[in-house]
Amino acid sequence: MSMPFYVSPEQQMLDRAEFARKGIARGRSVVVLRYAGGIALVAENHSTTLNKVAELYDRIGFAAVGRYNEFESLRISGIRHADLRGYSYDRRDVTGRSLAGAYSQLLGGAFASAAEKPFEVELIVAELGDDPGADVIFRISYDGVISDEENVAVIGGDAERIAQIVRDGFTADATLAGAVRLAARALGSERLEVAVLDRRSPRRRTFRRLAPPEIAALLQGEAS
Amino acid sequence: MLPGESPSFADYLRRVAPETLPGAAGGNFPAVHGTTIVAARYRDGVVMAGDRRATLGSAIAMRDIEKVFGADDRTIIGVAGVAGIAVELVRLFQVELEHFEKVEGLQLSFDGKANRLGALLRGNMAQAMQGLVVLPLFVGWDERAGRGRMFSYDSTGGRYEEQEYCSVGSGSAFARGALKKLHDPSVDERTAVLGLLQALYDAADDDSATSGLDLTRGIFPLVMRASAEGVARWDEAGVRELAEAIIAARAGRPDGPRGAAL
Repeated sequence: MSMPFYVSPEQQMLDRAEFARKGIARGRSVVVLRYAGGIALVAENHSTTLNKVAELYDRIGFAAVGRYNEFESLRISGIRHADLRGYSYDRRDVTGRSLAGAYSQLLGGAFASAAEKPFEVELIVAELGDDPGADVIFRISYDGVISDEENVAVIGGDAERIAQIVRDGFTADATLAGAVRLAARALGSERLEVAVLDRRSPRRRTFRRLAPPEIAALLQGEAS
Repeated sequence: MLPGESPSFADYLRRVAPETLPGAAGGNFPAVHGTTIVAARYRDGVVMAGDRRATLGSAIAMRDIEKVFGADDRTIIGVAGVAGIAVELVRLFQVELEHFEKVEGLQLSFDGKANRLGALLRGNMAQAMQGLVVLPLFVGWDERAGRGRMFSYDSTGGRYEEQEYCSVGSGSAFARGALKKLHDPSVDERTAVLGLLQALYDAADDDSATSGLDLTRGIFPLVMRASAEGVARWDEAGVRELAEAIIAARAGRPDGPRGAAL
């Protein structure tokens, strides 16, 4: 009769973390940072159609790295969660905190369950406050650990190093161009996907995706 | 999105929280009714106006109810019929459009939106059979066609494209008669709205469930327009100006504009 090898719970968790981290490290990084007029979500992305940053709700944005199929289904779950809550209560009752909490539960649940494969993704949920002091940026890692980041959050393979560059160059009153250029410099790429949660937008939905020419114009200011 | 899964919010709701769908148990109880909505095409798009009255039997339940809403940034929806269900239906339709746009990353086509509204109405069929009927008008700017378009509906969810003008609700027959004479698709926005307000005035003149231009309370029909510039709601001062002009003219000629018959 064959006996399964004994693997200690600690080792099991380490193995799973190793597995998830490897998957995430393969992807390109995403930077989310505050600027004077709102929150900018900047991803290094060579595709113009497969998005890494997206709209969840009126004032809430989503950014992800890792396996596309996994974060795509997480994005749709998030939109459903937000729309259902907004429909059955009120639009103001949809918060970034509740969405980040739901994501944390999902990711943490899959990470701890032996029957499931851990998600190979990291997420950011950013919520635009009514005033700049009320902005929140949550970072959720593959194991469900959730952290409340100040001003800047970075996810992806080289997150620590990139985050350091962004934090060093960060100023709260930067323009959008300044913020995008800082993110581009930290990511070391100009092939970017950019979206903003725009505090000055007259629309209820503050999320806006920038068109490629608009991004190029923001980056070109660099030379001058 | 997995194969076989739908990007529709209403489908999702039906699966996870059917109790939150618009609807009521039905039966013979009195329900608040919203009344007349009119819409017409003009040179640069479409305009819609709705009166502000809601009735409960022969009593006036509300004088300032709103029955015309922006569905998204290109389209407008106006609803007549049982107010409770109508307002819920509009809310569901608004989320439906936004949900699709967020999930799929692009807006539904104009016809797609009109079809979805028809499907939502079909979902309300059981209530409609019990007398709880809701009838919308759906108008907006069709980006692809480059013109304003209008759809009217029946209670089975059937949708019908209207070319010139349309109306729905208890006073709709009178409003339609007025619009038939007054409407001109080549005029500017202001003139088109003037025509709609004249039509609502005539509807209120003959239908007790439709409100007119209430200068004493300062309650006027709600007016919205959709054009290439998007959807906008007229501010009250703009509607008041036209309302005052109409009432001044009607003081001399209560039945409204007189035309040379030819």
